[in-house]
Amino acid sequence: MISGILLVSSFGVLIAKGLNYGIEFTGGTLIEVSYDKKPDAKEVANQLTAIQYMNHIQESGDMKLIIKGDEINELNQKSVTDALKLDGLKETILKQDSIGSSMSSELKTKSLYSILLVILGVIIFLTYAFRSVSYPVKSWKYGIIAVITLLHDIMIPVGVYVIMGLEIDTLFIVGILSILGLSLNDTIVVFDRIRESLTIAKAGTKNMTQDEFEVIVGTSLYQTISRSLNTTVVLIIALVSLLVWGPASVFNLVFVLLIGMIVGTYSSIFVASPLLTFVSNMNRDSVKK
Amino acid sequence: MNKITEFFARTQKQWIASGFIIIAVLLGVFVWQNTQKGALHPFRLGLDLSGGSRLVYKADVTKLPANDINESMASIRDIIDRRVNSFGVSEPIIATETSSFGEEANKYRLSVELPGITDVNQAIETIGKTPILEFKTEDPKFDKVKYNALIETFKKSDNKDMKTLSALMSMSPYVGTDLTGKYLKRAQVQFDQTNTSFGVKPIIGLEFNDVGKQKFADITKANIGKTVAIFLDGQAISTPVVQTEITDGNAIITGSFSVKEAKELVGRLNSGALPVPISLMTTETIGPALGADATNASTNAGIIAFIAICIFLIIYYRFTGVLAAVALIFYGLIMLTLFILIPITLTASGIAAFIISLGIAVDANILISERIKEEINSGRTVYDAVREGFVRAWTSIRDANFNSLIAGAVLFFFGTTVIKGFAVVFILGTVVSMFSAITVCRYFMLSVAPHGEVTKSKRWLYGAGFTKFY
Repeated sequence: MISGILLVSSFGVLIAKGLNYGIEFTGGTLIEVSYDKKPDAKEVANQLTAIQYMNHIQESGDMKLIIKGDEINELNQKSVTDALKLDGLKETILKQDSIGSSMSSELKTKSLYSILLVILGVIIFLTYAFRSVSYPVKSWKYGIIAVITLLHDIMIPVGVYVIMGLEIDTLFIVGILSILGLSLNDTIVVFDRIRESLTIAKAGTKNMTQDEFEVIVGTSLYQTISRSLNTTVVLIIALVSLLVWGPASVFNLVFVLLIGMIVGTYSSIFVASPLLTFVSNMNRDSVKK
Repeated sequence: MNKITEFFARTQKQWIASGFIIIAVLLGVFVWQNTQKGALHPFRLGLDLSGGSRLVYKADVTKLPANDINESMASIRDIIDRRVNSFGVSEPIIATETSSFGEEANKYRLSVELPGITDVNQAIETIGKTPILEFKTEDPKFDKVKYNALIETFKKSDNKDMKTLSALMSMSPYVGTDLTGKYLKRAQVQFDQTNTSFGVKPIIGLEFNDVGKQKFADITKANIGKTVAIFLDGQAISTPVVQTEITDGNAIITGSFSVKEAKELVGRLNSGALPVPISLMTTETIGPALGADATNASTNAGIIAFIAICIFLIIYYRFTGVLAAVALIFYGLIMLTLFILIPITLTASGIAAFIISLGIAVDANILISERIKEEINSGRTVYDAVREGFVRAWTSIRDANFNSLIAGAVLFFFGTTVIKGFAVVFILGTVVSMFSAITVCRYFMLSVAPHGEVTKSKRWLYGAGFTKFY
């Protein structure tokens, strides 16, 4: 229920607001400059506009400016660097990233393909691994359910990012792909336990009743719950430590993973297994008819 | 099992376990030594940790025949390598990349990483400069009077009148010919043998190829008594007067350069025009201050995470937790050693991946510990419970990690250095963690697991969790 609401709202917000693409996906430049005294942002903005360089300046703390603008290439590099100078102040370029637009559109394509690839890989792998317990639920359905769970896991961090207006960059995509990998672990452990119990109960026969199946699913959940929680706790420890003490550059990655892990554990327990029983119920109904 | 077999089984395991401990200590020392200054095998730091620049150029291969492409890319790579090296960059990394996705399947790219160079302008200039060598002859249409007048005006304005300056710049006493650096076979530093009171002067000898030889002969024949100017990168470096027709394809540039300047010039001339035009697509620069910050922050986060995880493991899983923590230390040491030996270039995202992999490594241990707890509760002896625990947990671990590997593989082929850095550590971590959990931990546990009845104290040691919850 809760997931349903979260899911719908994530989706809605996504459509309404759109993603805040970072420069890696739109192309352009990000420059971080620090000065030894408080800089006059307006002055810098004017100097940049004078050389016809589209720009947007943000102040960061007292002595730093963050400048976003057009692409920089060999032609305008020097003039842009010069325009950053202010009389009487010494400026230091802390960081500069410039992405050409063809590069960024390629990144977008690659990101999409990667996510699709991983999903495909998961379905194939699970179908293969669970082939020995194809009843009462066909093994490829395990794969599909796992994927639905994963999509749910991904949508929620995306929704959070949209609401908070955070930037989407390649680290964000890396985070998403990692969630696909890690959160899947949880789901697989539960499924694996189900598989084992099914094998022991000499199941795989069509004669297993719905109740029996549900019992097995339920017990497996109970048995694996402490493990799921603990692993998540450990990972959260690692992630929180990175968030608090770690370098700022990986913030996007860590934050995405954090949300994803929490959601992922929740989904493995409350989404994947109920879906499983639901599907087997559906199967039964259609068989009866 | 009778007592004697039990004894031997356990002793053998204890020997192996001790072996592991010795290896761990050795590794620990090795890693520690290499974090000190002046170490033989220091950790390789990526750009975002050490500071530096990365430039990505797009190579326009459309005009090249298909089987020449690889060779041309390789020669560009070499040329830029030379230019960068002459600039004194330490350990530059220059690589050609091809994009394999989507519509732009055959875009060739050149990625240049320059650790320590943070002045992007400097970097671009060094790389992008194609030395253009041109030979120009006197332009009969040149209006010398007007030119001199403009110079006077300019001087009167204290060299500040921009309009006059641009008018001056558009006038040139020379006009281009079709003899350019393309026809240059070789440039060499030679020494002028004529005696001067300043000693021997360096001069530059140019040798043209066959086509160039002919062109040069034509030019010199047509311009006897007049100046032929030699332009390098748009600037006249020499304006000798032609004495006779030169048919052997050799020319000499004299000037007031030092030996060092002459060598530099020759180097640039020889490194030639790039066979493929390149254009700058992307730049990334990290100042060293940010880089050092990132390194410190990553290390701190890592240490804190490690300690916190160990504490949690010991509290929750008690004795098995202690052993799991030991296995974690082992895992960490193996990973760090691999980083040094392979070597793997660490980036901020790579270190993040390492810290996350600590979590994954622990996951396998947790699975095993939970199993052991169950087995004990179903009545086995501790020793058997431990053994069974490992066996039963294996399928879960294998499948779960395999999926992580799929995600890791996709990340690896995704492309940019940042992501690759993450993916490599991620994949390595998953594989090594399987080893450290299944092999090392197993030996540790089996070597201390008591046989015989499960007493209350044993149950407590090997159990897990908080009694209320259980």
